[in-house]
Amino acid sequence: MKSLLCGLLGWVDERFPASKLWKSHVSEYYAPKNFNFWYYFGSLAMLVLVSQIVTGIWLAMHYKPAADLAFASVEYIMRDVPYGWLLRYLHSTGASAFFVVVYLHMFRALLYGSYKKPRELIWLLGMGLYLCLMAEAFMGYLLPWGQMSFWGAKVITSLFEAIPLVGDQLVLWLRGDYSVSDATLNRFFALHVVAVPLIFVFLVVAHIMALHEVGSNNPDGIDIKQYKGADGKPLDGIPFHPYYTVKDLFGVGVFLIVFCGILFFMPDFGGLFLEGPNFEAANPMKTPEHIAPVWYMTPFYAILRAVPDKLGGVVAMGAAIAILCVLPWLDRSPVRSIRYRGPIFKTALSIFVISFVALGYLGLMPPTAMRAIAAQLFTVLYFCFFIFMPIYTSLEKVQPVPKRVTTP
Amino acid sequence: MSVDDKVDKSRRRFLTTATSLLGGVGVAYAAVPFIGSWLPSAKTKALGAPISVDVSQLEPGAQLTVEWRGQPIWVIHRTPEMLAGLKDLDKTVRDPESQQAQQPLYAQNAYRSIKEAYLVLIGLCTHLGCVPTYRPDIGGIDAAWPGGFFCPCHGSKFDLAGRVYKGVPAPLNLPVPPHKYTQENVILIGEEEKAA
Repeated sequence: MKSLLCGLLGWVDERFPASKLWKSHVSEYYAPKNFNFWYYFGSLAMLVLVSQIVTGIWLAMHYKPAADLAFASVEYIMRDVPYGWLLRYLHSTGASAFFVVVYLHMFRALLYGSYKKPRELIWLLGMGLYLCLMAEAFMGYLLPWGQMSFWGAKVITSLFEAIPLVGDQLVLWLRGDYSVSDATLNRFFALHVVAVPLIFVFLVVAHIMALHEVGSNNPDGIDIKQYKGADGKPLDGIPFHPYYTVKDLFGVGVFLIVFCGILFFMPDFGGLFLEGPNFEAANPMKTPEHIAPVWYMTPFYAILRAVPDKLGGVVAMGAAIAILCVLPWLDRSPVRSIRYRGPIFKTALSIFVISFVALGYLGLMPPTAMRAIAAQLFTVLYFCFFIFMPIYTSLEKVQPVPKRVTTP
Repeated sequence: MSVDDKVDKSRRRFLTTATSLLGGVGVAYAAVPFIGSWLPSAKTKALGAPISVDVSQLEPGAQLTVEWRGQPIWVIHRTPEMLAGLKDLDKTVRDPESQQAQQPLYAQNAYRSIKEAYLVLIGLCTHLGCVPTYRPDIGGIDAAWPGGFFCPCHGSKFDLAGRVYKGVPAPLNLPVPPHKYTQENVILIGEEEKAA
């Protein structure tokens, strides 16, 4: 039996680089040996992606992308389709879980300078993934055709009206109707289930290929390829399989315990993952009392609201996302990891994280005068982290980095 | 003598550039149907035809909402007191004389309407498209509130002619849709009044 399988593999290998790919990307991909907690989230993002694709395909078997049928078809999935509730909650909780792991994954890059040379392209491909993820989440949220679905899509598509001259025509083209309607729902469905996932999978492959080309960063932010053993393998590297596959499987176990806890016991997460008004069918004639996007978008929504000018708000929101893309060229520090940076960077990063979380909170809340001022303050702090980065990272005195990796 | 010696590089470059350019034009034309198919369909346009509204039963001070092109269209029957109060707000609103093209020419007047009493508006906030609420209750939003429209999403305020207040996120007055009177009390929404 075994020899038969080996023969088959040999037959394939002569025609397709199966073993070669496995070796170069898994069993003989040498990753630094000091990966820590923060290194779980890349593989967890892959896990959630697979879960979203599988549950999404199954949901598409029961869902109807039409304005007069969509809301009822989601209720049908929830009540009548066998295990429909589970598939739907896996998908909706998975969306929030995706953002949780992606935000932690991005924070890891900030901690250890994983975006710095030579990994700029990995970071840019990651930003592409982040944009796709936001597009997926936004378009997917319209599909249940609830009140928040409708008004969220309406508000976000209205943002494009702020573009001078062509804004109105562009919005008409995006929606395919004079308002968000059946045409909008139908095209968002096509984009959500086909177009964006295709781009997403392509970007994931490119992200990993770029990573494996230059090698993984590590908590010390140093290059393990400088010290190689007699066999040509990095002395501080261990093969991804079995070492990190096993480590990541442990992470998967812990993640699934938390994920399933939420999935089974509070799938709407107190209105954060599935908002209350969305249990009411879309009504184009009546806006809910308070519109807020789902939590993962609220930091940017708070920035939008913080600027008391329509075009200005849209520009600020776009800039808040775009500025992340140039991060590799803003950071002038000679070291990568926060371990060897000085107190200024540590303080700046702390302020940035506090600002991001605070903006996220403010974006969820109804606007008041005090909250508007707070949002403006945190918006300024958010941008300061980036704008002054070339200055404070080049001025700051850093500690010497070790030659070999230290602790996880 | 190798083949390379005979290569005419500039001829090859010209052909490559010319082919790429022509191919690019072809791709641009091929994109037309894909981009064009996102525009409103014939059915959508047909459903967006003008609608007729009878306002004879609308009591003074009351609001009527009808749907046109998926948007709420309001008809407000303003009382003489409501109309009288508008003048006092000229300093409070951003565009008191309706200079911005948010209404047809025949509604570019102090009351932003054809007939003074009947205000016809598209009920979508010019900020991000929420539906403002009709709040004729004096002092309802704050102590100085003279009655108007209030957007629950981001707090934009409009007066009883749909003029936007200063210092709110909405940049423009509420739009007046094209409309005309076909009878004494019947308004056709979606069709222009002939230039008077």
